[in-house]
Amino acid sequence: MEFNENLPIYIQIMNLLKSKIVSGEINEGDKLPSVRELSKQLKVNPNTIQRAYQELEREELVFTQRGMGTFVTEDVEMIKKLKKDMATNIVQEFLVKMKKLGFNSKEIMEILSEWVEKEERE
Amino acid sequence: MKNIVEINGLTKNYFNKKALKDINLKIEEGKVVGILGPNGSGKTTLIKILTGLLRETKGEVFIDGHRVGVYTKSIVSYLPDRNFLYNWMTIRDAFEFFKDFYQDFDEEKFKDLLDFMKLKMDMKITTLSKGMHEKLNLSLVLSRNAKLYVLDEPIAGVDPVARDQILDAIINNYNRNSSMLITTHLVRDMENIFDEVVFLKEGEMALMGNAEALREERGKHIDDIYKEIFGE
Repeated sequence: MEFNENLPIYIQIMNLLKSKIVSGEINEGDKLPSVRELSKQLKVNPNTIQRAYQELEREELVFTQRGMGTFVTEDVEMIKKLKKDMATNIVQEFLVKMKKLGFNSKEIMEILSEWVEKEERE
Repeated sequence: MKNIVEINGLTKNYFNKKALKDINLKIEEGKVVGILGPNGSGKTTLIKILTGLLRETKGEVFIDGHRVGVYTKSIVSYLPDRNFLYNWMTIRDAFEFFKDFYQDFDEEKFKDLLDFMKLKMDMKITTLSKGMHEKLNLSLVLSRNAKLYVLDEPIAGVDPVARDQILDAIINNYNRNSSMLITTHLVRDMENIFDEVVFLKEGEMALMGNAEALREERGKHIDDIYKEIFGE
């Protein structure tokens, strides 16, 4: 994986895991790969992976069981909330960019519904 | 946490030329530290002092609490930036050589690494490509159960596939009780494996810090910070 954003690597790893959790690629209660496994897979320092796991634990999205590993929360509501938060961020970012291009709210809605319809037809 | 390396006020002069000026550096146990700088910035001089091949002009260097000497050489595993094996050797000869020479050499680890690198015991040194050389040398060096691994330009001049294998081998070998010091000017390829980075510019420490903290603080990759420091 390439870490292209100008963010600390641990945050990019957190975001990667979050999108896997909300998309259902990793389910609630699933075991995450060990620090060492993920470190090999992503070619990233194990301490960085550890940090990402610690921060996810602080956000209560994962929990650690001694000697067993790190697991995704079983709290489905929490995952739903995360999904909503992530969607909000994307929408906000989209709106800011569209307004920078000079579109007003009405025009943005038109463009959006046009594309959604087009996608559905295909 | 315990410091594996402690360098205080290290200066090295070659006659009138100053190769290193007042270097201060601590490396904790379990950390991977990148020494970054272009050719001639003092990286190899620093490494040669750590490995006991050169003497400092001024300052102090401690490894695992000891001055550089017989003891420190027994706990430092060093990958030079040039080939150190004889041309008449096969990989098996190189393996026997290391086994005889270093008490901490782990045969099983070496055999695993050799497999991983897709090298065979009966290959002759003279028939190896540059990438294979680098992979063999690294396998030998990582097979020691050392406290400090010093890797001088481990991925310089190798193809992307070999480079990935080398990075994998370095990451797989990571352990909490030893530290690694790695020099490179190929920052983009290696920056994700460093805990700390030190930028060496004309023998001086231009910048030092935790890699993630620097990314956060400056909103940039380590590679971009490198270009800023050494550009123009």
